[in-house]
Amino acid sequence: MIDRSIRQHLSWFDTLKQHLLTTVLCVALPVCSVSASAESLTIGFSQIGSESGWRTSETESIKAEAERRGYNLKFSDAQQKQENQIKAVRSFIAQGVDGILLAPVVETGWDQVLKEAKRAHIPVVLVDRGVDANPDLYLTKVASDFREEGALAASWLAAKTNGKCNIVELQGTVGSSAAIDRKAGFDAVISNFPNMKIIRSQSGDFTRAGGKEVMESFLKAESNPKKDICALFSHNDDMALGAILAMKEAGIKPSKDILVVSIDGVPDIFKAMMDGESNATIELNPHLGAPAFDAILAYRAGKTVPKWIKANGPLYLPDTAAAEYNKRK
Amino acid sequence: MIDIRPPIKATNMKKHHALQHLLKRLQKQPKTLAPFVSLLLILSVTALITPGFLEIKFVNGHLYGSLIDILHRGTPTALVALGMAVVIGTRGIDLSVGAVIAISGAVTAVLTVNTDWPVWIVIACALGSGLVCGLWNGLLVSIFNIQPIVATLILMVAGRGIAQMITEGQIVTFHSTALNAIGNEFFLAFPIRVWIALGMIILTIVVMRKTSLGLFIEAVGANVRASRLVGIEARLLVLSAYIFSGFCAALSGIIIAADIRGADANNAGLWLELDAILAVVLAGASLAGGRIYLGLTIIGVLIIQTLTTAILTSGLPVQYNLVVKATIILAVLLIQSPTTRQWLSKRFQSKRRQNPKKGQNSTSSQNHGRADQ
Repeated sequence: MIDRSIRQHLSWFDTLKQHLLTTVLCVALPVCSVSASAESLTIGFSQIGSESGWRTSETESIKAEAERRGYNLKFSDAQQKQENQIKAVRSFIAQGVDGILLAPVVETGWDQVLKEAKRAHIPVVLVDRGVDANPDLYLTKVASDFREEGALAASWLAAKTNGKCNIVELQGTVGSSAAIDRKAGFDAVISNFPNMKIIRSQSGDFTRAGGKEVMESFLKAESNPKKDICALFSHNDDMALGAILAMKEAGIKPSKDILVVSIDGVPDIFKAMMDGESNATIELNPHLGAPAFDAILAYRAGKTVPKWIKANGPLYLPDTAAAEYNKRK
Repeated sequence: MIDIRPPIKATNMKKHHALQHLLKRLQKQPKTLAPFVSLLLILSVTALITPGFLEIKFVNGHLYGSLIDILHRGTPTALVALGMAVVIGTRGIDLSVGAVIAISGAVTAVLTVNTDWPVWIVIACALGSGLVCGLWNGLLVSIFNIQPIVATLILMVAGRGIAQMITEGQIVTFHSTALNAIGNEFFLAFPIRVWIALGMIILTIVVMRKTSLGLFIEAVGANVRASRLVGIEARLLVLSAYIFSGFCAALSGIIIAADIRGADANNAGLWLELDAILAVVLAGASLAGGRIYLGLTIIGVLIIQTLTTAILTSGLPVQYNLVVKATIILAVLLIQSPTTRQWLSKRFQSKRRQNPKKGQNSTSSQNHGRADQ
């Protein structure tokens, strides 16, 4: 107990020392922000696990960014368990790191450990997901806005079809925040266009097989699918890839007879765009390292940091698909 | 005694008569008729909701329509249910089939991508992985006497992990004309995978019913000790039942991977074991073993798949999918419940006793009513 409080005091003292140092440097040197980024920080990163390709690339991107900046990154894989993450965060606090990156596996149950970090004056940056806790307890959240992704997909589709389109929608897993918000963002935009409407919408559970089966049923349900369906909006790329197979088997040319727009930016969808089978994808940005580290630097420099740093990915079109595919392979 | 009940119309009488007839038949042959009746009911209600659901067109030299989709989509479940039925017959259960599907799909995809091996060797390796998984389950159950639900639970959990290790956590996509044909192409107007499943079904039924193997398996399920006493090699039979189930699941896994031209270790065959168990039970089998119906299990699979496809084409909002599906399955199970049948037939019999002329002579009954007025 005493040991821990001494350590906390020490780490607080360290922080103060570094603050003073930074201030002195800032006074001494004309360009302050450059000097700040030159200091070497020790950052703890508690990752959920490696359950999807996207998460693996998020981990790799954050590790690469830390290496590029010369930071000492302490990485901990929680294997989908909250107790492992709490343990990891506590050990980061005990080691007196300069900042903690946390990709929370669930939303609730973080108050206590976040309070401990706060007491130790260690900023916590949430990456790619939020938590259900008092926002004062963490520095900021670096994550994409699912609503904006849906809205971007709808805007592209509206521009492409001059605001006239019968859309079929493949929803993600019912009740997931990605499915709810992507749908809400998409609906909000197309409600401005009287001639754009969603004629069919079903859940494909974010899987290829699900997307394929649902798309097959959509095609059977329309008497003349080529004419009746103008576009497919899929809440993720994997379902879109399944739906593309279903269209090809029904003798329909994906991206020509039926436009295809989806979200995530997985390598295979770029391959599909290269083959002329998909029209657009919006990347779910895995490069969260740079904005997260910048937030910690800003905190150390005494600047205020917004509670949600939106890290939305761009919309990719077939013209750059080949280059993007080679980058991701 | 004066009958004060209102007159009964002739048409009503006929309906009652037909219903009684059906109930009688249900009572006589409840096990065989109930799944058929349920399937026909679901199909006709769907046809009312979604016009064109029963339509079958001829496109590009093969059949095209929702009914064909049901056969096509039902294939993996049918294969898994076939193996599950045999295992359930021995008083066992195989929860690992979904994981075995993931493993065999992963083996298929990784070997297709990373080697130049001919496709039949790849398929043989995938089927072999299923045999090994089945052998593992069978050893745990028959030699080590671990309860089946726990023994197969181990592979259910670990199997998906093994599949993820094989695919390194990624969805491995492949291109192979032969596998693509298995997944999606047609032969004699029907999907090739439907022919494969049909072959397996007929083969299994013939082996189980034309030899004494089926009898032995049901005997082991009904009473292990008694069957041992009459000289049945119970351990070997139980072992082979799990190996067969593993084989069926692996075949199903190849078809599922071929369908999306990729192996998705996280999702392939997820929860399929539950659908398979449901199909076996819908067919009238007892989970306590000793009683299975292979042909009717396939009807059970078709009931489940018809529901899924019907819900997808109906335009129902997604939030309702699962509740609607569960409600209809509940209704089907209630129709088959002996208690419900007894209750229904009692109600009809008591009615007949109160009014013995009803249902025998409609005109006299009508006169009766008029006289009262």
